[in-house]
Amino acid sequence: MITKSLTELSTSLKAGDFSSVELTQFYLDRIAKYDGELNSFITVTEEQALAGAKAADEQIAAGTAGALTGIPMAHKDLFCTDGVRTSCASKMLGNFIAPYNATVVEKLNAAGMPMLGKTNMDEFAMGSSNENSYYGAVKNPWDLERVPGGSSGGSAVAVAARLAPVATGTDTGGSIRQPASLTGITGIKPTYGRVSRFGMIAYASSLDQGGIFGTSASDCAMVLETMSGFDPKDSTSVERDVPNMSASLNDSIKGLKIGLPKEFFGEGLDSSVAEVVNDAIEEYKKLGAEIVEISLPNTHLAIPSYYVIAPAEASSNLSRFDGVRYGYRCEAPVDLTDMYMRSRGEGFGTEVKRRIMTGTYALSAGYYDAYYLKAQKIRRLISDDFKKAFEKVDVIMGPVAPETAFKLGEKTDDPISMYLADIYTLSLNLAGLTGMSVPAGFSKNNKMPVGLQIIGNYFEEAKLLNVAHQYQQVTDWHKQAPSAYTGGE
Amino acid sequence: MSLSPDEVKSIAFLARLSIQEENIEQYSQDLSNIFGLVEQMNAANVDQIEPMAHPQDAMQRLRDDVVTEENQREKLMSNAPLTEAGLFLVPKVLD
Repeated sequence: MITKSLTELSTSLKAGDFSSVELTQFYLDRIAKYDGELNSFITVTEEQALAGAKAADEQIAAGTAGALTGIPMAHKDLFCTDGVRTSCASKMLGNFIAPYNATVVEKLNAAGMPMLGKTNMDEFAMGSSNENSYYGAVKNPWDLERVPGGSSGGSAVAVAARLAPVATGTDTGGSIRQPASLTGITGIKPTYGRVSRFGMIAYASSLDQGGIFGTSASDCAMVLETMSGFDPKDSTSVERDVPNMSASLNDSIKGLKIGLPKEFFGEGLDSSVAEVVNDAIEEYKKLGAEIVEISLPNTHLAIPSYYVIAPAEASSNLSRFDGVRYGYRCEAPVDLTDMYMRSRGEGFGTEVKRRIMTGTYALSAGYYDAYYLKAQKIRRLISDDFKKAFEKVDVIMGPVAPETAFKLGEKTDDPISMYLADIYTLSLNLAGLTGMSVPAGFSKNNKMPVGLQIIGNYFEEAKLLNVAHQYQQVTDWHKQAPSAYTGGE
Repeated sequence: MSLSPDEVKSIAFLARLSIQEENIEQYSQDLSNIFGLVEQMNAANVDQIEPMAHPQDAMQRLRDDVVTEENQREKLMSNAPLTEAGLFLVPKVLD
């Protein structure tokens, strides 16, 4: 069951080999069996899942089922789900029952996908290790002593351990690609504006973008084409047609021009990661691709500008949590200011407070030009680097992260070292481009998975998925799963 | 660049975040390190560069000024920590 693609699952459901209720129960049983130690779910929604599966079975029986009908999935716990707790992995929203559905949730519900539950994450999507969750760290299924990456670590682990066929994520600075890389699965961050942000709890609004994790590019294509599209409820959503992303998966990539930015292969890149990435590029050469050396000269400015823009926007977005209309309120406040301060001080975790204060300072009177405005200008430099590169190449490739999954606790005392781990992913969000991580092998040092990053021009998700799919036709890295959770099944 | 414990206290107040006294020093170090990292921006000359707010430089879309939301007051208020008679309750603001 767990080795089947979404297309195979759909075919089996329609042929009556098993029902959606049986398939959904199968995954619920796997979650019950394995998630105790992995901690990839914050809330398991068994009742909703089975109700959704029953409705899907009726559609299948009536012949009105679509391609995804009856296939269960999981949502990152920052997508609002009507009537279900949506915690954003924060104590602040520990009791928050979302009163409406995010557009992404609405679309996947309409496609007939039962929801298994809400997955763990770094609190308010701030982090790169999933250790910043109020509900406990998520463990990497390849080695329980290591982190799965973040912030969408729960969704990545749920898919990597085959506890869900696919799961949603969000990517503000690498939060889909980095955990996909560290757990050996496929994940895609679409172009900014491609997927609606309505009902996605905001972290940094000009960077946040929803996307999907799966075990293959073809599975991701099926879900992404369903969750994408213009949404009048999201003012930054882009009015642009969504192509059939599955239709172009088999296009030949002979003559594809792949750009390799020299800044992505320099100092700081672990040699065992570089080796895996270089092997993947050799594979692309065999598929007929042409390699072009390129330069993204402002890459070194991505981290400093990101750590102004994201915290500034976060400090503004998270000001809504005031203990009045929803969320945590402290005990026995003496006055309004005390209520605001203690509700927020007790409700938010350390990293969230760190970023709110960073942003508050950067936006405070007299500092706007020196920080936020300057960062926005650097953002254009970074974006222009990519524009120039895409005049010469079709896609850009490189590593996702400078090293494989690190040990739990290894970087928690040093936020800066954690920030530096996002060096290859952040610049994409600043430019608003699409990117993905594709499993490309394992480090020879510690046997942990390594992802290949593929970066595409604006709205070229279908091209990326095609390029990834062609690689997955000649390699089987994406089919390898942690044996402790998949052995004998 | 370094932010003193007193500056951290004033930033925390601006952000309405209570911080335990024993943690102030750590935040002061962490924020100083973060702004040390941010200072790397100074190496870039961006005098002639237009700031970029949206990746596609899209303009904010406007919609017609009509009510589209349905009234679901009770459902929305059910998440509030304290309510009375359809109102949100907060500590006394005026004497």
